Amino acid sequence: MARIIRNSRVEDDAWTLLPKIDAAADAAQTPPAGPLLLPLDVWLAQREQLLARGEALGVWLDAADDPAAIAADLEHFTLLAVNFPKFTDGRGYSIARTLRERYGYRGELRAIGDVLHDQLYLLRRCGFDAFALRADKDAERALAGLTAFSDSYQGAVEQPLPLFRRRPAQPGEAV
Amino acid sequence: MYRYDTKDQRLIDERAAQFADQMARHAAGELSADELRPLRLQNGLYIQRHGPMLRIAIPYGLLSAAQLRKLADITRRYDRGYGHFTTRQNLQLNWPKFEETPAIIGELAGVQMHAIQTSGNCVRNVTSDHFAGIAPDEIADPRPYCEIIRQWSTIHPEFAFLPRKFKIAVNAAGTDRALIRAHDIGLEVVRGEDGEFGLRVFVGGGLGRTPIIGKLLVDFLPRRHLLSYLDAVLRVYNRHGRRDNMYKARIKILVQALGVDEFRRQVEDEWALYRDGPLTLTDEEFARVAADFAPPAYAMVSDVAGERAALDRLAASEPGFARWLSRNVHAHKVAGYAAVTLSLKKTGVAPGDITAEQMDAVADLAERFSFGELRSSHEQNLVLADVRLSDLPEVWRISAAAGLATPNIGLLTDIICCPGGDLCSLANARSVPVAEAVQQRFADADALDKLGKLSLNISGCMNSCGHHHLADIGILGVDKNGEEWYQITLGGRQGNAATIGSVIGPSFRADEVPEVVEALVAVHQENAAPGELFADSLARIGSTPFRERAYAGRGRHIPEKRKAADGADHS
Repeated sequence: MARIIRNSRVEDDAWTLLPKIDAAADAAQTPPAGPLLLPLDVWLAQREQLLARGEALGVWLDAADDPAAIAADLEHFTLLAVNFPKFTDGRGYSIARTLRERYGYRGELRAIGDVLHDQLYLLRRCGFDAFALRADKDAERALAGLTAFSDSYQGAVEQPLPLFRRRPAQPGEAV
Repeated sequence: MYRYDTKDQRLIDERAAQFADQMARHAAGELSADELRPLRLQNGLYIQRHGPMLRIAIPYGLLSAAQLRKLADITRRYDRGYGHFTTRQNLQLNWPKFEETPAIIGELAGVQMHAIQTSGNCVRNVTSDHFAGIAPDEIADPRPYCEIIRQWSTIHPEFAFLPRKFKIAVNAAGTDRALIRAHDIGLEVVRGEDGEFGLRVFVGGGLGRTPIIGKLLVDFLPRRHLLSYLDAVLRVYNRHGRRDNMYKARIKILVQALGVDEFRRQVEDEWALYRDGPLTLTDEEFARVAADFAPPAYAMVSDVAGERAALDRLAASEPGFARWLSRNVHAHKVAGYAAVTLSLKKTGVAPGDITAEQMDAVADLAERFSFGELRSSHEQNLVLADVRLSDLPEVWRISAAAGLATPNIGLLTDIICCPGGDLCSLANARSVPVAEAVQQRFADADALDKLGKLSLNISGCMNSCGHHHLADIGILGVDKNGEEWYQITLGGRQGNAATIGSVIGPSFRADEVPEVVEALVAVHQENAAPGELFADSLARIGSTPFRERAYAGRGRHIPEKRKAADGADHS
């Protein structure tokens, strides 16, 4: 069973991640039982059959996917994930904020793909609350990355108020 | 200047600790070279031709004397006793040891400095007018805006991995001295009809391979919306900017592909989500930051005319002082005061370079004569912004003794120049020796002075760090079959009427460049009306006589007039 970072610790994960449709090969293949994390194209293509399974569903978006494509479907998902093809591809940060702030998604939001220690703090600030670290990396060691900074200037998902709205009153200023 | 509170300091300290930890994990083999690379770049650490280079942030070019002393100290203890001021107002150390850079970053944090986001595909150091706060033509002081943007951009969680670098500049004066239309976002502080402060927003300007003048995005953005609007612009760019080709990845290419109207529509769609929300800048926050830029305690000068007369008397007997006074001393909005440019363009010294001893001397000057502060300019000089008129003779003597009083500000030898192929691994050609050869050709101070304002900028490659596109005479190093050649552009302009220069024709060998510059200058002098500037005579008579003279006797085909470089690379 895969291990992921969730709730600020390393936990087991029961979800099965399906890759994108490989055109010829396995369109007809039956997905395994249990909770499924689906690529966007599979969800869009097989929506009714998937809902009929009656099991937990999630969708993962790739960096180029538009979160608007699932905006009306959020009630069906207990997990959303965003793939980082490379850790230097920052589109997923904007996708996460869009899912949280524009579409109001409240469930688990997981970073998958090239997810590394030094991005965890930024990812968390943008609304991710679960992190599937790249398989060759030590998730326990990476936990420290979640708290690289004690505060941030910007307002974002995890703390919507920018620092300037939270600074202590200046000396001599009326409170 | 802005003073860190405990929150600001803690962030800088935590950043220094994070960088030290990343370097330690790299040394231990837990973080590969490829994984470290973007992280170290976002802390200013490059690997260059001869080894590491560290670019230290000087937010909007403002430094205290104590900070400059610390920089001098760092260059002595960790480098070779000098530094290089860049065209983005930062300071580069050319010879730090890779493994000592965390210690340098730690030392910087001790004087409220850092190297955050001086490189990498993120929002870079915000730049501004080096006469901010003192310029007679100023509408407002741009520095509070800059500092608010600095804080917004520092470790922004969403925009650490953009398609490409992102540069923001702020101007708040009648004359644009910050090149705002050559930036990814250029902001001009303006006042609305009811006196409300706001920003005119330009987007998609930039030099480099595809030089483009920024386009108007918003004519008046009320100040309170600054940060929510910036978030929206960056969101659209982060999601839709090209990532398949680094040469097409700047926001200017996206704006061009969508058209500025469609780009604006997308920005406004994102902005609608945040507008009037918590990102809205409060008057209290603006006032808190602005208070740190309040004017210093200027003396009431009762006899300004008398002080000026004394300067004129000294100038009459000291031609060197007279020249310095006319070129290196600038108007100040407070009576009895002036701004002084300390030239880092002495012939024989790489433009922008400064030794540790000179840094100490400038720190002393700033403390004695300019309220303990100084600025770096994008022209790669230093500015003492608040000097009493009566102190000018002493500032002149001391700065001359330190080799910082070359009276060439705005003249042909005040060359903007990148470090070039001697140090930079991107460069196609060496730029510093070419700059020196040109300076030597124009060594006659009287002739130079008579020539008047003329900008000559040199870039060692298409990345255009030397801003060659915006100069009267621009020189670009190009590689032709492994040889260094130099392409010349004419007619670039910075400022409110920013213009991209046009290439005059085939490129020249390094040893031809001073002669060609001399030929171009001669055409101007033969045709100019008394007092007419190079840019104006060029505009009046056209580039043909200049091109003909540049190629005369060189055995090269004189090309037909080319179209502006602006149109060269839109594929």
